[in-house]
Amino acid sequence: MKVLVPVKRVIDYNVKVRVKADKSGVELANVKMSMNPFDEISVEEAIRLKEAGKVDEIVAVSVGPQQCQETIRTALAMGADRGIHVLHDGDTEPLAVAKMLKALVDKEAPGLVIVGKQAIDDDCNQTGQMLSALLGWSQGTFASKLEVEGDAIHVTREVDGGLQTVQLKMPAVVTSDLRLNEPRYASLPNIMKAKKKPIDQVAPGDLGVDPAPRLETLKVEEPATRDAGQMVEDVAALVEKLRNEAKVI
Amino acid sequence: MSVLVIAEHDNAEIKPATLNAVAAAGELGGDVHLLVAGNGSASAAEAASKISGVAKVLSADSAEYESTLAENVAPLIVDLASGYSHVLAPATSNGKNIMPRVAALLDVMQISDIAAIVDGDTFVRPIYAGNAMATVKSAEAIKVITVRTTGFEAVAADGGAAVIEAVSAKGDQGLSSYVGAELSSSERPELTSASIVISGGRGMQSGDNFPILEAVADKLGAAVGASRAAVDAGFVPNDYQVGQTGKVVAPDLYVAVGISGAIQHLAGMKDSKVIVAINKDEEAPIFQVADYGLVADLFNAVPELSSELDKS
Repeated sequence: MKVLVPVKRVIDYNVKVRVKADKSGVELANVKMSMNPFDEISVEEAIRLKEAGKVDEIVAVSVGPQQCQETIRTALAMGADRGIHVLHDGDTEPLAVAKMLKALVDKEAPGLVIVGKQAIDDDCNQTGQMLSALLGWSQGTFASKLEVEGDAIHVTREVDGGLQTVQLKMPAVVTSDLRLNEPRYASLPNIMKAKKKPIDQVAPGDLGVDPAPRLETLKVEEPATRDAGQMVEDVAALVEKLRNEAKVI
Repeated sequence: MSVLVIAEHDNAEIKPATLNAVAAAGELGGDVHLLVAGNGSASAAEAASKISGVAKVLSADSAEYESTLAENVAPLIVDLASGYSHVLAPATSNGKNIMPRVAALLDVMQISDIAAIVDGDTFVRPIYAGNAMATVKSAEAIKVITVRTTGFEAVAADGGAAVIEAVSAKGDQGLSSYVGAELSSSERPELTSASIVISGGRGMQSGDNFPILEAVADKLGAAVGASRAAVDAGFVPNDYQVGQTGKVVAPDLYVAVGISGAIQHLAGMKDSKVIVAINKDEEAPIFQVADYGLVADLFNAVPELSSELDKS
């Protein structure tokens, strides 16, 4: 079975994001970029399935500017076999990305697509579900455990009340949550090897998709800031403040 | 035009998140209709009809909606959507699972997790874990939206008298099936609707230490939450997690105990009315958002807090 894993290049999760003065977006110049953490988890899960003999090829896909090649290389260094880069400058919206992924799925015919549950830049949490819908496949979102058994897959999902397990007919789209696994670090020999792995480049037009955003961003602003608080001496003072000043208990 | 809201329910009762989504729908103007898709869900539909501001309840009561699998529920919503200008669901795990599937089938771009409504086409939503707020405008004919529940004050669960209309089910799509669930049961209030939340982080050191927080929670009528670090370490189950990828809460009082305050955690609680931080590290970033900060060893401070609450 082949597995397709989309990987997105985003601002590193440790970076404190700054809004641009003209409110057109957030500052991306000279900011450290990394693979979306949920996508790292997806790559790791695909590699584990391959190590368990359930998967024979892992294809990493990224949609975005030329630098996305680095993100794909990271996936290749972790253990993916080859990459596909959909070259696109400008904003990427989940619906357009899902359409591009669908075109690639039609061509590559994977049995499973593992998508990060959300990207930590736009926090949309849409692409996996949209891809599943466009393909008419089953979906197992927010997965914390995944077991492939023949032509079915059991997915344990993190839901509001706890955990839910569903059985999906293959082929399927699964979206990975934080506790699915802990992604490995690429070793130096594997980083060197990854440089020789192939990356194909295509354009959205080759896939028959118009990447133009459907939503117009009018402005991006800093969130409201909280007023400075106060330090209290001890627990008694804290309880006194909560009772008489804040009046919340 | 009317607005369709997808109700969150367990077939017996309507979940509180629905009331926030109905509030958002009310801001858009027009009639608000509520879809209750379930199995044996007559009592949920009945409860839905009493929600303030709801004009009509659409009840799809059929076996394939028992566990609200997205593959089965989405075609039902898609079928109904053409009669509406907006389709809203609360941004719960259910809403997040189903709505993008609906949007893709309608070929519209979803607007996720809206925190405010500017007008019928324009919405404010958090990006980058709430470190920026984006105002976005949609020209889609049908707006598919998930609603950040903390952004909208819940409407009253009673006072309404909506008609209940049965809608026909679309059948099992045969793509997925429900196997089982491990749901936490607790006598405490639900995390997302509690007026007081007390959360523990990595500083709790072990799940065995959470009972000291629970003792305080029970005295305050509070829900218990946790940071990602505490959940990842296995101290508490996943549904305790407050943060960017967990639950978003905005109670009257949020008490963060042994939580350093990573931006991903702050994203889930910084809209709380009053924030208390208890941490032995005075440099911890959590103190920057706290209204009241106490630098102390939590293993002394929390039991002390518990006994202090007994004094009137």
